[in-house]
Amino acid sequence: MPESITISVTVNSRRYERAVEPRTLLIHFLRDALGLTGSHVGCETSLCGACTVLVDGAATKACTLLAAQADGRAVTTIEGLAQDGALHPVQEQLWHHHGVQCGYCTSGMVLAAVALLEREPSPTDAQIRAGLKGNLCRCTGYANIVDAVHAAAAALAAR
Amino acid sequence: MSETTTDNTNFRWIGKRPVRHDGVDKVTGRAQYGADFTLPGMLYGKALRSDCAHGIIKSIDTSAARALDGVKDVITGADLPEVSSEGQIEGEAPASVRDTAHNVIARRKVHYHGHTVAAVAATSPSVAEEALKLIKVEIEALPVVLDVMEACSPDAPLIEEHQHTNGDTGSPPSNIASTNTFEDGDLEKGFEAADVIVEHEFDSGTVHQGYIETHACMAEAKENGEITLWVSSQGHFSIRDATAQVLAIEPSRIKAIAAEIGGGFGGKTTVYLEPLAVLMAQRTGQPVKMVMSRDEVFRGTGPAPGSHTRIRMGATSDGRITAVDCDLWFEAGGYPGSAVGAAMMALIAPYEVQNFRIVGYDVLVNKPKSHAYRAPGAPNAAHASEVVIDEICEQIGMDPLEFRLKNAAKKGTKAPYGPVFPEIGMVETVQAAIDHPHYQAPLGANQGRGVASGFWMNGGGDATAHLSVLPDGKVTLVTGRPDIGGSRAGHAMVAAEELQIDVDDVRPSIGDTDSIGYNGVTGGSSTAYSAAVAVYEAAHKLIADAKRRAAEIWEVKADDVEWRDGAAHLKAGVNGTEAPLSLADLAGKASQTGGPLAADAAVNAKGAAPALGTHICDVEVDPDTGKVDVIRYTVVQDAGRALHKSYVEGQMQGGAVQGIGWALNEEYLFDDNGVMENAGFLDYRMPVALDLPMIDTVVVEVPNPRHPYGIRGVGENAIVQPLAAVANAIYDAVGVRLYEVPMSPPKVLKALQDAKATRNVAANGNGAAAQPAREPEPVTAR
Repeated sequence: MPESITISVTVNSRRYERAVEPRTLLIHFLRDALGLTGSHVGCETSLCGACTVLVDGAATKACTLLAAQADGRAVTTIEGLAQDGALHPVQEQLWHHHGVQCGYCTSGMVLAAVALLEREPSPTDAQIRAGLKGNLCRCTGYANIVDAVHAAAAALAAR
Repeated sequence: MSETTTDNTNFRWIGKRPVRHDGVDKVTGRAQYGADFTLPGMLYGKALRSDCAHGIIKSIDTSAARALDGVKDVITGADLPEVSSEGQIEGEAPASVRDTAHNVIARRKVHYHGHTVAAVAATSPSVAEEALKLIKVEIEALPVVLDVMEACSPDAPLIEEHQHTNGDTGSPPSNIASTNTFEDGDLEKGFEAADVIVEHEFDSGTVHQGYIETHACMAEAKENGEITLWVSSQGHFSIRDATAQVLAIEPSRIKAIAAEIGGGFGGKTTVYLEPLAVLMAQRTGQPVKMVMSRDEVFRGTGPAPGSHTRIRMGATSDGRITAVDCDLWFEAGGYPGSAVGAAMMALIAPYEVQNFRIVGYDVLVNKPKSHAYRAPGAPNAAHASEVVIDEICEQIGMDPLEFRLKNAAKKGTKAPYGPVFPEIGMVETVQAAIDHPHYQAPLGANQGRGVASGFWMNGGGDATAHLSVLPDGKVTLVTGRPDIGGSRAGHAMVAAEELQIDVDDVRPSIGDTDSIGYNGVTGGSSTAYSAAVAVYEAAHKLIADAKRRAAEIWEVKADDVEWRDGAAHLKAGVNGTEAPLSLADLAGKASQTGGPLAADAAVNAKGAAPALGTHICDVEVDPDTGKVDVIRYTVVQDAGRALHKSYVEGQMQGGAVQGIGWALNEEYLFDDNGVMENAGFLDYRMPVALDLPMIDTVVVEVPNPRHPYGIRGVGENAIVQPLAAVANAIYDAVGVRLYEVPMSPPKVLKALQDAKATRNVAANGNGAAAQPAREPEPVTAR
């Protein structure tokens, strides 16, 4: 068994110190060590985007990062997005615009969209489609997801 | 988005767009999918897969793996019971129990690269993977056959040495598991009556359903022999039964709990991991979780069959189809059971054709056992028929939608597979496509427009529903078909519609196999349809009971009570001043009026009616690279009656996009040894948001008269048309016909270059060239 190392990661505003095997991917650390199963695994090759989380605010596929690389950094997963009992506008609008079918890509799609709207608060259709190109959805054909991101942009602007 | 409704019945909820009840779970990560369950002491199971595509297993040495610290169990095919080939496993793609069992874990032979040969349960995933490397498998390799036509040849390597076509032992063994023919009329006379005859051969690559969640399950075996199975599937009842059949145990010993399912599209209607996880849980006494990698999903689970099709179609110069002669050869994969039968049914079903002969062949090749994928077989079939129709229209100078209107099947038309159609929406969808602004919109340079129609028969089947009134008058609804795209919300709408209450006052959930009666799979576009029948019946039982209780309380006759706005009312004209009794009021008096207020219905929903749809596709072709972009796309489909309009549209959009991926990019690539070379999302390229325009939808409603609301299945139809619609659009854009999907850039570029060479020969020679392609226009900077 490889030697374990101790890392300190802030996840959803809470600080965790954990011993991990050096080869542990961030996604498995989140799911298996912390029990945060809202981030999903679809490919483990950074192609599907189902495991997307925010690392220091940047959308990051959690299968591309070792847990050790998250040492000292702040991670936001889907479980940490709602604040004070209220959904984030991206969550709310994906739900209300029926941008969810099976829901498996949803967590990653939400966080990719949150990061996109941070960069580009009022994106065009093309900017949304480009911003979400790293997140596969096999169910919806993306139309309702694009609509939802527009609606979330409007909701955020109205805040 | 638009809609064409032929009936103006007023509904409270049906056809509306309420937000889904499971929405918060899905957007907050609370929803638990197949891999999200954990139990104390749980082991991690992994499958060892064959690195040889065809061969005889000589030996499997598991001793080193067993000796590894942390390994708790290692199993091979020898540890499973041998089961008879007589039994059938039900589901979306029925197969024999023996074939399914051997596909789960190989016995004497491996039939494809990626076929499971052993499995391990260990204390961590990494130990399990380490153990797999220590298992020594000796396989005597046999010649590999991958091409469906080569597999039909009498001297092809035999995948099942004792398989005779249609079980006819008088014929020599063959890779052709079965063949079947649909025919009617007089083919010869039909072709004699034709003014134009077009014949072509078509090919489709092997494609995958591409659900983002990989297969996953967890099994726990108790000391008394009872088993609990958490599973992501399209039908936990059929997974329970298939697991029991493969392990030769009673289904009553297994309780299957439906996890949320991260996509399936037909591919999660059979077992792969479940019997292995259960067996290892039984042997170790510890829970076992198994989760596939993406690589395993590609190599080890059912893709949609690749196919070769030869079709000959005749028509008169005024646009009547006179005859169709077609052979379809489908790759079953390593075991029998491709979707060729459904392909035969769908091939020309949108049309009224008097003279036809359709022959299907189910052919074994050394590829993963094919399985259902959204409208199984129909896209391959429509690819052929709808492109040939496009060519006929060009030759006779007729608008392709006018041609479809003229030949449209309608109520009373005899389907090629036998029955007479009830009300169907072929005419209505074609007319809506003609009337859509998209059909007349201008096109630019290197842009073209194609259309295609498609048919899917739709299913019904077993469904059970349970309604129970809560103390505050809200209602729980338990059904038993996994909710793959919003059916829970749809069924809550049915309950709310009939009980005349707010849809948010219904709490829908999916019950496990011990807590509700049997339910079929969420497949065959059957779930919104059939479970809606069960919910409807349960709601009416509940209303009848509620009225009886109100009558008892009021001391009037049950006939004096009516149900309105979620409450029992005294009928107008009946003497009395009693205030209405709501569900909450009745729940409060339940014990005094006969016990808890609840109702069940268990039905076999017959009367599913086919879905028809017509698509309009615009593409732009880059003549320098052969890359094709879909720039506008409209799906017109008959939903009978849309239950939840947004989810109907979502199915239409999602299906069309899967079809676009199939048309342009997706296919399994194998080396000569049968090893898949692109078993990942990098090289098996599925459409991303950036690849697509907004997919527009037109929901046509020609109600199904055999359903309380007129619902037809909607889930599958929209994947049928895109292969042909895109091919026809490419022809319209640049004048080259492609007969093979995917129409990937190298193939389009080659077709353009070949056409150019033909043009040059024609220009330099004496002009005998047949159909010269148009000179593509240069691309201007955009």
